[in-house]
Amino acid sequence: MAFSVLASGGPNCKIFSGCGFPAPGAEIFQFDALFTFTIGGLSFNISKVTILLLLAVVVIIGFFGYAFRKPKLVPRGAQNVGELGYLFIRDGIVKETIGKGGETFIPFLFSFFFLVWILNFWGIVPGAQLPVTSIFAIPVTFAIIVYVTWVPLGIYKQGFVGFFKNIMFPPGVPKGMYLLLTPIELISNFLVRPFTHAVRLFANMFAGHLLLASFSVAAFYLLTFSFIGIVGSAASFTLTVLLTAFEAFIQALQAYIFTLLAAVYIGSALHAEH
Amino acid sequence: MFEFATLLASESEEMPSVLAVPLDELIIGLIAFLLVFGTLAKFVLPKIKVTLDERANLIEGGLERAGKAEEAAAAVLAEYQKQLAGAREEASAIRTAAQADRTAIVEEARNEARIAAAGVTAAAEAAMAAERAQAVSALTRQVGELALSLADKVVGEALSNDARVASTVDSFIADLERAAAK
Repeated sequence: MAFSVLASGGPNCKIFSGCGFPAPGAEIFQFDALFTFTIGGLSFNISKVTILLLLAVVVIIGFFGYAFRKPKLVPRGAQNVGELGYLFIRDGIVKETIGKGGETFIPFLFSFFFLVWILNFWGIVPGAQLPVTSIFAIPVTFAIIVYVTWVPLGIYKQGFVGFFKNIMFPPGVPKGMYLLLTPIELISNFLVRPFTHAVRLFANMFAGHLLLASFSVAAFYLLTFSFIGIVGSAASFTLTVLLTAFEAFIQALQAYIFTLLAAVYIGSALHAEH
Repeated sequence: MFEFATLLASESEEMPSVLAVPLDELIIGLIAFLLVFGTLAKFVLPKIKVTLDERANLIEGGLERAGKAEEAAAAVLAEYQKQLAGAREEASAIRTAAQADRTAIVEEARNEARIAAAGVTAAAEAAMAAERAQAVSALTRQVGELALSLADKVVGEALSNDARVASTVDSFIADLERAAAK
């Protein structure tokens, strides 16, 4: 099942050959375990997902470790690129969203942005071709990490009562509105927020990958010596290329949005605003 | 529709939903994040933070130094202009003084010349007066003697022996000389 995009219909599955369009489905997100080991009764499946995940870790640590190995006052080469990333997180996300006291969270948000981005990016890397964040467990993990960071942080900074009061009773609202507002705020902040945080990233990458897979399969499926086949195949191929470029944009955007939201949550925990 | 239904059915038999969250993936995801976060936060990002802060300080320091240099330059310029104005004033004062001196010197020279000229004139006049007086005196004496000798010749020998006559003649001549000297 691992390399099932073309295999799902077989290499001879073409239009007019009596074979229906082998539309890629959920199976393209399922991967066989290359090997399995067990720790404390829990079996760990090492699959393509795991390998790409660890590869992303290696790429990020490797690149930034190299770029910032001996930082110079006058940057050169990789340090320039690395600094661009650092300043983007520091000035573009942390200073804008968290403001005062945000400096501490730069490494946290920096790690999230680049990890999510590289994991997304695998989706258009030939050979990898799987956005790891389209495996639901991964965005869920990240959303949980953010959740268990900002909630205790808010309690620590604003006090247990103050934190929940600030969220459930936003100031500047007529008293009667609290009847309506308090349950909404409670549900939206503590239940919906982590869920949408994970699903937003997952769904975007899942849909994008499915779209790319569908058009790649179509380009192959339609490639026959017929008018419909040639035109359809060329159109599908063109769309695949265009969508790949579009995906590259979406990947960066989703990584940015995920990190930005994490920063917003942390900011709301640090200073009670509204 | 039929195919979709069978697909769903077969899916639920064969493989878990795409929304499944297996615990092992969760843990591996957590480990991946902690690896990235731990390494970057502990070893990598502090270095670049220090460098960036250092650079910011350097740039701020540079700006400050430039500001100070500018201030110093402005002070030097003001000092220079002050000195220039002072020098100009001094020069003008010296020029005025020189002009005054020149006038004084010219005036003095003129006075001296005038005095010298007056001296020369006076001396010449005095000499002329002396010569004239001498000439008048000599002439008077000669004229007196001439008149006496003429009168002697007219009146005769008698007069020359008479002492009284002689003194009269002498006082007449002396009167003559006095009158001439005036």
